[in-house]
Amino acid sequence: MKIVVTVKLVPDPNSEKKIDPNTKRLVRTGVETVLNPYDEYALEAALQLKERAGGDATVTVFTMGPEALKETLRKALAMGADEAVMLADAALEGSDVSATSYAMAQALKKTGFDLLIVGGLTDDGSTGAVPGALAEYLGVPCITNARKAEVTGGALQVERETDSGYQTVRGPLPALLTTALTFGEPRYASLKGIMGAKKKPIAILTLSDLGLDRPVGTDGSKTQLVNFAPPPVRGKGKTIEVADATAGAHAIFDFLKEKKLV
Amino acid sequence: MKTLGVDAVDFLDVGALLSDEERIVRDTVRAFVRDRVLPNVAEWFEDGTLPRALGKQLGELGLLGMHLRGYGCAGASAVAYGIACMELEAGDAGVRSFASVQGSLAMYAIYRWGDDGQKEAWLPRMSAGDAIGCFGLTEPDFGSNPAGMRTYARRDGADWVLNGTKMWITNGSIADVAIVWANTDDDAHGRASAAEAQDVRKAAGIRGFIVPTNSKGFVANDVHRKLSLRASITSELVLQDCRVPPDAVLPNARGLAGPLACLNEARFGIIWGAMGAARACYETALDYAKTRVQFDRPIGGFQITQQKLVNMLLELNKGTLLALHLGRKKDAGQLRPSQVSFGKLNNVREALAIAREARTILGANGVTLEYPVIRHMNNLESVLTYEGTSEMHTLIVGKEITGLDAFT
Repeated sequence: MKIVVTVKLVPDPNSEKKIDPNTKRLVRTGVETVLNPYDEYALEAALQLKERAGGDATVTVFTMGPEALKETLRKALAMGADEAVMLADAALEGSDVSATSYAMAQALKKTGFDLLIVGGLTDDGSTGAVPGALAEYLGVPCITNARKAEVTGGALQVERETDSGYQTVRGPLPALLTTALTFGEPRYASLKGIMGAKKKPIAILTLSDLGLDRPVGTDGSKTQLVNFAPPPVRGKGKTIEVADATAGAHAIFDFLKEKKLV
Repeated sequence: MKTLGVDAVDFLDVGALLSDEERIVRDTVRAFVRDRVLPNVAEWFEDGTLPRALGKQLGELGLLGMHLRGYGCAGASAVAYGIACMELEAGDAGVRSFASVQGSLAMYAIYRWGDDGQKEAWLPRMSAGDAIGCFGLTEPDFGSNPAGMRTYARRDGADWVLNGTKMWITNGSIADVAIVWANTDDDAHGRASAAEAQDVRKAAGIRGFIVPTNSKGFVANDVHRKLSLRASITSELVLQDCRVPPDAVLPNARGLAGPLACLNEARFGIIWGAMGAARACYETALDYAKTRVQFDRPIGGFQITQQKLVNMLLELNKGTLLALHLGRKKDAGQLRPSQVSFGKLNNVREALAIAREARTILGANGVTLEYPVIRHMNNLESVLTYEGTSEMHTLIVGKEITGLDAFT
């Protein structure tokens, strides 16, 4: 079974984010690049499924991004992925959801997979739309928000998380799965994994390897970002003066009741 | 903490000097400390304990003996080992001490001075955290002067019988195996260097023994009422007619060079670890100074507070650069023991100064376990004197630059 996990290389979520006013894109220089945190959950799911499958199951991490960030993939290899594939081409810059998903799908067709696991959201773009679009371009079933998954008899059985409870969904392979954060905490890379990661291959694909039949990048995008604004600065909290602790407790209770929190 | 272009902690971008592999080690250990150590360590410190399960977790991560090769160890570089020590001690010096004693003292002693059978018997289990080790050199009356140790191993037929007391032994009562250094009537073969001839003559017969802690005649008693390294087990080892078989002796260690080689390994980790503790204190103080309002503005806006913060930042970044420089030299096989002394002397001294300065910025909050500062500050008081006191490291460097021995 070949499991492919898509990962995005994003600016460290703990850093202050800035948007370039000219390009309207997130500034990615001067901050460290890390694996998109949601994708680490997807990778954890892939590694668990690989361990359960045993035998010749493999995990490949796939990313689309600038080749200069290639080494960021080592962390995924250190956590236990077997190999990495990167789609890197300057012509991909400015791709929206549609162009991104199209280009990724063509590369993933070339890479091949039985099971494609995708994080539910990226920390930078936060569209949440790539998994669905990717499944469409690939023509495979898409099962989202999985908390558990099992591969049996060539089919994928998934326990999905919804607001009202859990659903069990089955579909044939090849298929696309997105993971909920309840699938399991991403494992730590072990020192041996880290030492071994440098020997694992990272293959680079460019657009000329894919033979696309439509443009990607800014020209191939159906949507344009027209404006951006930082979130409003949070105002000062409300201060209530009270006579004693009992009055304070009542004031807090009334406040929570007003907000329908109790 | 990082804003675009300026990192208020790694001001000199020392992180950019690390390899990708070293950065993954840093980020992995940092995440482990954030998830598993920081939420609990104030309680461990308060209760005076360190959960044994942590040893297994450190083993699973591959941090125990990570710089050794083979026998289940990862074979990481000295710099990677140093980075791990830094991140562990940014959590707590007790956690770093656990890893130091296991990897650099107990495991390294077997790795460096043991035979294949001894290595096979102990190192894989110790690397996995399934067996815990401790290292018995210091005695109640012999700290800086281990050559005078009274612990004595007598031959009885083919066996050895050990008698003596070891003191201030990290992990002592939770250990499965103790590396015990004892005087014997053996001759000093294979002394380290002519320069150490005097010490070697005094300590000619010192040999190392692998003593399983379930051996008859071995008892470990914990040291209580410590106000430093409370999240760490510290014990006294009492050996009373403790009989061990002939294959318990480390065949390749003779004289003081045996234990000193191990101490040199552990001291190297402390050079990094101290800067981890210092970083945690500085980060706490910086954050506090930016949010604590007095006289209607954050105290970080006052000149005296800024001067304190900047002085802390200078020494933190210089000390980190020093640690990295010494690590690169160690990986190149060019690090001299006296340079390790230079590093430990400087970085522990400066870390302690940073911790004390951070405490003043936090005011009264600085003395509670709600913040990490006084925990690090108290820990560093131990780090200042263990693995060679600052006085001894001063004399080691002093001897190198003058050619004059001021020890006695």
